[in-house]
Amino acid sequence: MEKRVSFNHRLLPYLLLLPQLAVTAVFFFWPAAQALYQSVLQPDPFGFDNRFVGLSNFQYILSDRYYLEAFGTTAIFSSLVTFISMATALFLAVAADQVIRGANAYKTLIIWPYAVAPAVAGVMWIFMMQPSIGVIAYYMKVAGFRWNPTLDGTHAMALVVLASAWKQISYNFLFFLAGLQAIPRSLIEAAAIDGAGRWLRFRTIIFPLLSPTTFFLLVVNIAYAFFETFGVIHTMTSGGPGRSTTTLVYKVYADGFVGQDLGSSAAQSVILMAVVSLLTIVQFRYIERRVHY
Amino acid sequence: MVERRGIGTILTHLALILGVAVLCFPIYLAFVGSTLSHDEILSVPMPLWPGGQMVENYSQALAAGTQVPVARMLFNSMVMAIGIAAGKIIISILSAYAIVYFRFPFRMLAFWAIFMTLMLPVEVRIVPTYEVAASLGMLNSYSGLILPLIASATATFLYRQFFLTVPEELAEAARVDGAGPVRFFKDILLPLSRTNTAALFVILFIYGWNQYLWPLLVTTRPEMNTVVIGLQQMMPSADDYGNWPVTMAAAILAILPPVAVVVFMQRLFIKGLIESEK
Amino acid sequence: MSAIAIRNVKKSYGGTQVIHGVNLDVAHGEFIVIVGPSGCGKSTLLRMVAGLETITEGEIEIGGRVVNRLEPRERNIAMVFQNYALYPHMTVFDNMAYGLKIAGLSKEDIRARVHKTAEMLQLTPYLERKPRALSGGQRQRVAMGRALVRDPAAFLLDEPLSNLDAKLRVQMRLEIKQLQRSVGTTALYVTHDQVEAMTLADRLVVMHDGVAEQIDTPLAVYSRPATTFVAGFIGSPAMNMLPAEAAGDGRLTLATGASIALRGVRLPDQGRKVILGIRPEHLAQVPAGEADLELEVIAVETLGADTLAHGRLGGGDFVVRLPGSSMVQPGDRLPMAIEPGMAHLFDAETGKRLPDDAPAAAPSRQAAEA
Repeated sequence: MEKRVSFNHRLLPYLLLLPQLAVTAVFFFWPAAQALYQSVLQPDPFGFDNRFVGLSNFQYILSDRYYLEAFGTTAIFSSLVTFISMATALFLAVAADQVIRGANAYKTLIIWPYAVAPAVAGVMWIFMMQPSIGVIAYYMKVAGFRWNPTLDGTHAMALVVLASAWKQISYNFLFFLAGLQAIPRSLIEAAAIDGAGRWLRFRTIIFPLLSPTTFFLLVVNIAYAFFETFGVIHTMTSGGPGRSTTTLVYKVYADGFVGQDLGSSAAQSVILMAVVSLLTIVQFRYIERRVHY
Repeated sequence: MVERRGIGTILTHLALILGVAVLCFPIYLAFVGSTLSHDEILSVPMPLWPGGQMVENYSQALAAGTQVPVARMLFNSMVMAIGIAAGKIIISILSAYAIVYFRFPFRMLAFWAIFMTLMLPVEVRIVPTYEVAASLGMLNSYSGLILPLIASATATFLYRQFFLTVPEELAEAARVDGAGPVRFFKDILLPLSRTNTAALFVILFIYGWNQYLWPLLVTTRPEMNTVVIGLQQMMPSADDYGNWPVTMAAAILAILPPVAVVVFMQRLFIKGLIESEK
Repeated sequence: MSAIAIRNVKKSYGGTQVIHGVNLDVAHGEFIVIVGPSGCGKSTLLRMVAGLETITEGEIEIGGRVVNRLEPRERNIAMVFQNYALYPHMTVFDNMAYGLKIAGLSKEDIRARVHKTAEMLQLTPYLERKPRALSGGQRQRVAMGRALVRDPAAFLLDEPLSNLDAKLRVQMRLEIKQLQRSVGTTALYVTHDQVEAMTLADRLVVMHDGVAEQIDTPLAVYSRPATTFVAGFIGSPAMNMLPAEAAGDGRLTLATGASIALRGVRLPDQGRKVILGIRPEHLAQVPAGEADLELEVIAVETLGADTLAHGRLGGGDFVVRLPGSSMVQPGDRLPMAIEPGMAHLFDAETGKRLPDDAPAAAPSRQAAEA
């Protein structure tokens, strides 16, 4: 889409673009190029010089058991976070869409946790779930469940999944509610007159009509689980125990800053870039489709 | 709308109340924790009702914290959040204006250079970005906290979409009235973008306030920490009992500004959120 | 010196030419209406005068100055847009004052001029309102006011009435005409509506496919259309067109084989292929023996003041306007005669009007006999 009118000015447009282009060049293109560059280099053992090693960094990490494990961890983590937060949000949105009295109060109470930073969410959930002082941990113990996220990898995973999913419910709720409210009431009324019950109406009318929203949220939630949950993992488990909660982004951080293995970290960054680009392309294609919907 | 009647309505409300309770419980518990004494928190199970230590815990957190006073970290967060929001809005509205309202050589190149950044969040290029910031001497500075995070096209994209919906005749009328490009921007476009700008500011403020990985790397001196980073450092580790009440007071303080924004500017917040994702 | 002179102006987008050389001289205070179907280039022509489109070739002069390279603001013109383009965040006062402010007028001057213009347009009670709090007609007035207050060398109006409902349109049409008369400012007015065009214009420019097909007074355009396009575009219902051939003996042979004698019209040489144009209102019902044509009626529209009888003739649609509420029925066969001097002849190839020396409005036979 283009504007028909435009101003004629030789210098002004460049001046207007300058700040953003400068920031983008310095903090986006330079680092991105750096990542590509470093991904094909290997520092010598004394750290004096870099040597071109071609794709061997990639070869190395792709055959690294820990890296492949992190891939698996990320896949499990992301699917669980996405599913739990979206399902809960959809349930609440459908309920909130039906009440008349108190609808605004419910809405406010459900969306305000959006303001909680992932890292703060991590701290709050630790406070609740830590075996020594956590209230919920205590009641689980009373119920006879041996809860120990500091030693048990599955428990740790459950913990970061719950905290991450919890934090994302508000966001998903907001979009589902907007999607539900955009469905023409007359369609639902027509289905009711056709004799469809509440569940059948949801399954055959509402859910299919909601699919653009659902698909959009799917992409956003996967991106969220990939990148923004770093704060949750870092505060709650630091990727442990025994790498059981080390996701790809966490590993980039751990290898790059803790392990100081820049070549490997850069190669991981490049792989992540590819993953994000893929997600973005999927999202763009979806937007295209929605335009012609 | 097919109304629910009787028992159905009650069930719906019950489900919602249960959902709200589950969602709010972690925050409520943090609040309760921030009002208890150290001993009360350590008693198992801890009380689920607020205690009497609120004032003490909060003043200790604000004034002393564990390493750095939370007040100082709140200030850092505020500077970073406002800096990111304002910075992104300024560079974005200017470049979107250039891209939509001017025709000039390399326009498409500039467009793509900027919109490439939509693809890659800072987390992905974290290590080299850190190196760039370090080599520019930006560690432990506000500019180091702010600038790398405004290198993103989301706001530019939003402004571009908005400008494309502004009727063309408005710009033509302004030209006939004698307004040049600067005047049109200042007198017409900026006032028209007011609601969008406010909504964007709300979203970017929360985004900036809640940043974690980047401030974690770029601030090594505790007095430059943002409150979200500081909180992680205040948190007692598993095998020590630390000072949970003060930590929880800090946690509540850390969420207050963004929560206030969400609750009191709800309309703008929802508009910003939904439009920035289109 | 003319107020606006357009000299052989052309416009191309990329390689496509959309305006093919238009010439027009506008006298001071003249009201010119540019009329044509959508896509004919009328808006583009106006926008070139305004300075909103570049001029590919040719020259435009305003007040004796070539303005090709001047910005809109340097051309001393004011424009009224179809959607009014009022600044939504400004009050009516500020909307009208904006151009004056930029021109650097003093606060008192601006107040005085805005209030005077508002008075003239009965907008005084609304000066502090925002455009969204106004009705469609009021917005239209504000758009007019914004143009009037500048006291420009020319008004440029781009379909200014097409967003109004029918009743308001008639009212605003009259107001615009009166306003333009009273301030005496030259006006260029673009519309696709032929009624607006006929009622407002001192002179009409009928455009088609980027060409000004005819530039003349409304009456001249109606009574002596220069091309078949103009003939079909101006006048409602449209002129009936029949392919025919000159028979050489003062008669025309229609494609149907029928032969008619034309009175008061100069006929071309024998064998020339022509188009015969007859306006629906220039046919009269006559006794069967005197008929030029016979129409088989398919449908009848009763309008009250007159009646339209639709039928088919020579393979095409044919309409006749009968006076009063005529008692015609579908299925009737109407013997019709063409009023003398009211037939139009066009070249079948070029569509151009054939030269005739007959005066534009030849006295009809009845009038001459009376």
